[in-house]
Amino acid sequence: MTDTVTHAEQSPEQPQPFAELGLKPDEYQRIRDILDRRPTSSELAMYSVMWSEHCSYKSSKVHLRQFGEKAPATDALLVGIGENAGVVDIGGGWAVTFKVESHNHPSFVEPYQGAATGVGGIVRDILSMGARPLAVMDPLRFGPLDAPDTRRVLPGIVAGIGGYGNCLGLPNIGGEVVFDESYLGNPLVNALCVGAMRHEDIHLASARGVGNLVVLYGARTGGDGIGGVSVLASETFSEGGPTKRPSVQVGDPFMEKLLIEATLEVLHAGLVEGIQDLGGAGISCATSELASNGEGGMHVWLDRVLLRDQSLSPEEILMSESQERMCAIVTPENLDAFLALCGKWEVEAVVIGEVNDSGRLTVDWHGERIVDVPPRTVAHEGPVYERPYHRPPWQDALQADGPDDLPRPSSAADLRSTLLAMVAAPNLASKSWITSQYDRYVLGNTVLAQPEDAGMIRIDEVTGRGVAISTDCNGRFAKLDPYEGARLALAESYRNVAASGAVPLAVTNCLNFGSPEDPEVMWQFAEATRGLADGCLELGVPVTGGNVSFYNQTGGTPILPTPVVGVLGVIDDVDRRTPIAWGPDGELVYLLGDTRDEFAGSEWAHHVHGHLGGLPPVADLQRERLLGEILVAGSRDGMLTAAHDVSDGGVAQALVEMALRSGVGARVWIPDGIDPFVLLFSESAGRAVVVVARTEELRFTEMCAARQLPAYRIGVVDSGLGPDAGYDAGTQVLQVGDLFTVTLDELAVAHEGTIAALFAS
Amino acid sequence: MSPRVGVVTFPGSLDDRDAARAVRIAGGEAVALWHGDDDLHGVDAVVLPGGFSYGDYLRCGAIARFAPVMASLVDAAKGGLPVLGICNGFQILCESHLLPGALTRNDSLHFICRDQRLRIEDTSSTWTADYAAGQEIVIPLKNGEGGFVADERTLDMLEGEGRVVARYLEVNPNGSRRDIAGIRNERGNVVGLMPHPEHAVEELTGPSTDGLAFFTSVLNSLVASS
Amino acid sequence: MARVVVDVMLKPEILDPQGRAVQGALGRLGLTGVADVRQGKQFVIDIEGDLEGERLELMHRLAEELLSNPVIEDYRMQVLPDAQDVAQ
Repeated sequence: MTDTVTHAEQSPEQPQPFAELGLKPDEYQRIRDILDRRPTSSELAMYSVMWSEHCSYKSSKVHLRQFGEKAPATDALLVGIGENAGVVDIGGGWAVTFKVESHNHPSFVEPYQGAATGVGGIVRDILSMGARPLAVMDPLRFGPLDAPDTRRVLPGIVAGIGGYGNCLGLPNIGGEVVFDESYLGNPLVNALCVGAMRHEDIHLASARGVGNLVVLYGARTGGDGIGGVSVLASETFSEGGPTKRPSVQVGDPFMEKLLIEATLEVLHAGLVEGIQDLGGAGISCATSELASNGEGGMHVWLDRVLLRDQSLSPEEILMSESQERMCAIVTPENLDAFLALCGKWEVEAVVIGEVNDSGRLTVDWHGERIVDVPPRTVAHEGPVYERPYHRPPWQDALQADGPDDLPRPSSAADLRSTLLAMVAAPNLASKSWITSQYDRYVLGNTVLAQPEDAGMIRIDEVTGRGVAISTDCNGRFAKLDPYEGARLALAESYRNVAASGAVPLAVTNCLNFGSPEDPEVMWQFAEATRGLADGCLELGVPVTGGNVSFYNQTGGTPILPTPVVGVLGVIDDVDRRTPIAWGPDGELVYLLGDTRDEFAGSEWAHHVHGHLGGLPPVADLQRERLLGEILVAGSRDGMLTAAHDVSDGGVAQALVEMALRSGVGARVWIPDGIDPFVLLFSESAGRAVVVVARTEELRFTEMCAARQLPAYRIGVVDSGLGPDAGYDAGTQVLQVGDLFTVTLDELAVAHEGTIAALFAS
Repeated sequence: MSPRVGVVTFPGSLDDRDAARAVRIAGGEAVALWHGDDDLHGVDAVVLPGGFSYGDYLRCGAIARFAPVMASLVDAAKGGLPVLGICNGFQILCESHLLPGALTRNDSLHFICRDQRLRIEDTSSTWTADYAAGQEIVIPLKNGEGGFVADERTLDMLEGEGRVVARYLEVNPNGSRRDIAGIRNERGNVVGLMPHPEHAVEELTGPSTDGLAFFTSVLNSLVASS
Repeated sequence: MARVVVDVMLKPEILDPQGRAVQGALGRLGLTGVADVRQGKQFVIDIEGDLEGERLELMHRLAEELLSNPVIEDYRMQVLPDAQDVAQ
């Protein structure tokens, strides 16, 4: 028997499984107070899903407010936090929308589908802003490379991202792959999408116009992921717990491709008043959000939803997370044209509801009322927690346990072997085994892609205007000091965008943490959000939106606090971009910024000594801002041939990557007064390696001097070093002072062998 | 008036816009053709672009092959209309039996995107006339089902008649028999190619501009014959 | 209601990398002595009315032209008169 509103009114004492659905007793009572009766089972399902951590952000809201409160003043933001994705003005009448989201827990359970549907979800978010999705990126984190479970999840996740993204026709232009013990059992799959539209095409998720129709279109609704959102993302993994329905969503990228084309056509034909994608919490979310943001009322005939599985109950239909579905608000006059365009693309569409100004969201099932709620209480007025947090008692000891006593290589031979070991370290090794499974060329506008510093795409084929994006986070720095770690993540992403020649404009973030019920994790979250908000204000780039993923832990051990920061920048003409590959012989290699003895949380300490302790490198955001301006000016004014940020693995890693990318050797030397080991492997922030033609050298160094940015000439590009170093003519060599030489072939073997060796069968 | 080259869009086609861009850069007029329309609108040549038509469901190109536009295209191709099938387009041409053989899952079982070195071995086809015989080029390759297979007799026939248009060099990325990257029909107006010349037409976005000659070849041959 | 079951397999001479991958996995999971694995597809088509005469010929043709690619695949077709009879 259907649990109708009438039945609920008549049976106030009927026990309800609110705890199994993840609601606390006080939350359940609040629902009863809102409705002035007990909720029907459908209403209970809606509230339980929409008030889950993943959908309501109940543990994070109080901290995320800072992004709005501390937002730097900027003209560039067209749509701020609160909508599906932020929208940034990049000039020339173009607007760009971008966002990063997580799909961590589903990817642990079913790597291929979890990652695939993660891509699908973020692409629909971008689509629902009115933009054509143009590119994707994937920051990934796994347990140790050689752990059995990494062997289980990594190939599936990579295949899923490639399988879905390639089939959609979106180039993958960058991302990260990081290995660390703390991610074993809790891999992180963050997916970013960027899209563009003309200013006038921006659409918002609101249901306006009394009498307008609510159209559900796309894939049919089935039993995918029922309870997935609240069950998986709001609890950590434990043993047992059978489920009747699959908790994993299965994606169909072909359907999403059709959805993209149909949606863009109806948007450009002006047939849509409001639009929303169906992600976490499916129909419950779409209807309650659209209703809240519009006239305030909506009526839904749930039995009109096209089903893949006729046995689904109304509660299950409301909670289903079947993929590739969108919801549009269409005027009655436009309905036929809307349906016709969907038909052209063989996309099913059906009217399931109507906008009204009743201030209520009502849902009928075969003529019986099963939901009657104020939509704002479902979508926007969920619980807000002020979770307790405190600095972990072990934090001081961790910060005091610095890396200064770790044995360091000092002889030339030791430095040489350290270099070869470092470039082969899983975190520093080439990721091409992974990235070659992604299409980087489709759409024909990819200007820079991995392993460049940032992914860059051309937006305007006539003017050459483009955008660049980088995603970064060093979780080790964040564990040592979450506040500084977040600022360092922002700094690195900002620096990477500037290094490509683009002006940083806006920020998105994916905040991956352990359980918010653990006060120490909550402290990490509070500190990281504070650091990111403060950092954004200082750098003048606002947060436009993002995502929080909690409960990334198995048992009592959380992951490293991992606030992934994505920065987007704009470049007037992509032709001016600065790649990392250096140019012809004789060009000069400069190191910009100050190098200090800073090894806490470094890849050297991690890979060589398994050590994590001390204070992370100093984050000087004024210096980062200056460095960024120099990098952009150097690019725009043609002074720089190449630029590469310095981060993991220090200057040595940057030089090796530039050499391997260009296939040409170089002679580098250690500046006076600095220890070679420090110069090569320290991870001080605020630095970049740039390459300058001799004819531009004076102009460039004068610019740096005038702006007071330290610039040290540390090398010269040289393809003829082979014979002097004892090799055949033509052999490309990296010569480091009078310490050692190493051929690019040797470096390539070390750098490219690590990941392929484990996965290529 | 420049020659008109049709580019067909099937549900799931992805590189149609890129093929159109390549046609434009080569100096032609790109005409969008819809899979459901059996009218070829008087185009002088047709490109079947890359992508995942119908999601690659059933088999790559197996469903697209029955589209209304294909019925007209098969007739026109038999009558001499130049047709270039790129990647998914090559798969559709094989499924339609305009070209022999079939494309199967990469032997590595992975999708691979790489800048691929090729040798152009036959320049008698309408689509490769602007290359020099034996010319080595680098153009992007990106596929998961690119392994060209045919029985020995067919392979010998293709080799013997000079119908292998392009061959993989240095690396065989998908297990194609005899390293075959592209073939032509007997007449030379229909060419199937696994790698993507339309992604190598601008220095800014491709590894080279080596792919442009596929498009200039057909335009030049059309101008010459008009 | 009739049920048509069409099994499609790659021809024996065609390389089957998926079958090979499965063979490797079986071995790693403890099943020794696996000589060969070939992976194919099965289509289960429930169809109203009887399937004979021209309709049966059409079904065969579709199995040969659509459901399989005769260049690289073989197919085998079974017609089961009553869909209920099929053991799952």
